Amino acid sequence: MSDGRSRQELRLEIEEFNSEYAAVLDSGNIEEWPRFFTEDAIYRITGRENADAGLPVGLVYCEGMGMLRDRALAIAKTTMFAPRYLLHQVSNARVLEASVSGEIRAVANYTLFETLVDEKTILQQVGRYHDRFVRRAGGLLLRERICVYDSLVVDTALVFPV
Amino acid sequence: MPDGVPERPNEIATDLRWPAEGLSRIPDWIYTSEEIYRREVERIFHGFTWNFVALEAELPEPGSFKRSFVGPTPVVVTRDREGVIHVVENRCAHRGAELCRDALGRATEIICPYHQWTYDLAGNLTAVPFRRGLQNQGGMPKDFRLDEHGLRKLNVATRRGVVFASFDPAMESFEGYVGPEILRDFDATFDGRKLKVLGYYRNTVPANWKMYHENLKDPYHATLLHAFLVNFGLLVAGNKSAMVVDASGRHGTMASAKPPEGQNVDSTSKKEMRAFSDNLRLNEPRFLDYMREFESPWSVTMQTIWPNFIVQRELNTLGVRQIVPRGPREFLMIWTMFGYEGDSEEMTRHRLRQGNLMGPAGFLGIEDNEAMRFVQQGMERSRSEQSLIALGGSEEGTTEHIITEAAIRSLYRHYREVMDL
Repeated sequence: MSDGRSRQELRLEIEEFNSEYAAVLDSGNIEEWPRFFTEDAIYRITGRENADAGLPVGLVYCEGMGMLRDRALAIAKTTMFAPRYLLHQVSNARVLEASVSGEIRAVANYTLFETLVDEKTILQQVGRYHDRFVRRAGGLLLRERICVYDSLVVDTALVFPV
Repeated sequence: MPDGVPERPNEIATDLRWPAEGLSRIPDWIYTSEEIYRREVERIFHGFTWNFVALEAELPEPGSFKRSFVGPTPVVVTRDREGVIHVVENRCAHRGAELCRDALGRATEIICPYHQWTYDLAGNLTAVPFRRGLQNQGGMPKDFRLDEHGLRKLNVATRRGVVFASFDPAMESFEGYVGPEILRDFDATFDGRKLKVLGYYRNTVPANWKMYHENLKDPYHATLLHAFLVNFGLLVAGNKSAMVVDASGRHGTMASAKPPEGQNVDSTSKKEMRAFSDNLRLNEPRFLDYMREFESPWSVTMQTIWPNFIVQRELNTLGVRQIVPRGPREFLMIWTMFGYEGDSEEMTRHRLRQGNLMGPAGFLGIEDNEAMRFVQQGMERSRSEQSLIALGGSEEGTTEHIITEAAIRSLYRHYREVMDL
């Protein structure tokens, strides 16, 4: 691919990135979550009905590091919700394009399981990441992550990012 | 009845009796009883009410249709060749199949996928395959008339681009139904500019559908549950606010004006609000800016239009919410977020950024849904049998302070009349 690495090398690097990303979200330490993004990053979660129709709304809609940090702060410090465990699985990573400018476009599927005290585990969301990565100081960062979910009906509340 | 088995008493007549204290108490069974739920569907959702079904912006041209609901009942909203809007039950007159499966679309006629009975966009039956049978055998009876077997048609009302439907053919006007106090803020949001749909959220809440109304008739919770509002200066106990109630008691507008920049939370309020913290700061406080664009003294109005409709004008993030009950213990909430035709790119993005407050992942939306889950669980699992609605004493109707539950009492005065409880 045009940045000098093979598609397979890039895919392994992205899989490694996604595993770390999922581990941070699963740990519940949401204030660490913004470090996976660039300063100018776009992060959005939206239903597939919106994505297919070109509608811009986001369940979560962040433009830039400030808004990512504010979301993390609000969830960690001000928001009331029932305690829960989250488990993310990310799979089927595919590299779509690596441009000479160093930007890598990739997709991956994700599933989010949610467990509340005294309740059975539910499948809260299934969807796909549509990503644009850039390389900074040797590692990858997300310049854009659009999470498009097939499971259109959210069960009660999606508290944490996916 | 076999001998020795006592006859079951009539549930409504004996077990389900409103507490003697009256409107300051709400019995748990209005949130849990299947019998009460069936009566609500019949008398409220299928009764003398206007139910939100669509925005006209979702039906932009002749042939546009939308799948929607009146209470739990699926309907289809269509715009015919002449531009007239129709609402019909989403149920084939033949075997009862739900005809329309797509959320939104365009069509020239409605065709049941099962046996291809075909209807025009007003719901009139136009064709039945093999109606005369085949080689003089079978087919529909000679006296079968197409015009007696159309889709069930609902009454339709529109105002400022918002479409309502009613199963009651003798429904009063929408304007008469909501009354002038509610219409004023409705018209401030739907101010004549054409709407532009920005997208949808859908979520379930494991709670009785009436709790959504109660939550938006309960201004007391806003400064206590929603720490985000308080910490980041959107709501200060004591700022200008009102809880408006119409003459019937069933509709409401929760309204507040954003405090001026720099107005701080006073020390008495801080002590009352445990969630307040002095040292939280946003990195991007501009997302909470209020761009003045409405003819209204309020920067926030949350309207509850009985029985299935919410109009959200929270600063500049706008949306309508449709309640679809699914039995007494769960409802589906469908959110349609919108702006206006002619919004600048920057204004649209401002609305989208501010959208982080609302919806099932919104800073406020998460908390409302979680609180309702907790209340339903309390009703289902604990031994007490009623809840307490005593803030503000026995006052009812419109109030200009927020430490009150007057609007909830007004709603239940109306509800008890309609429900004979």
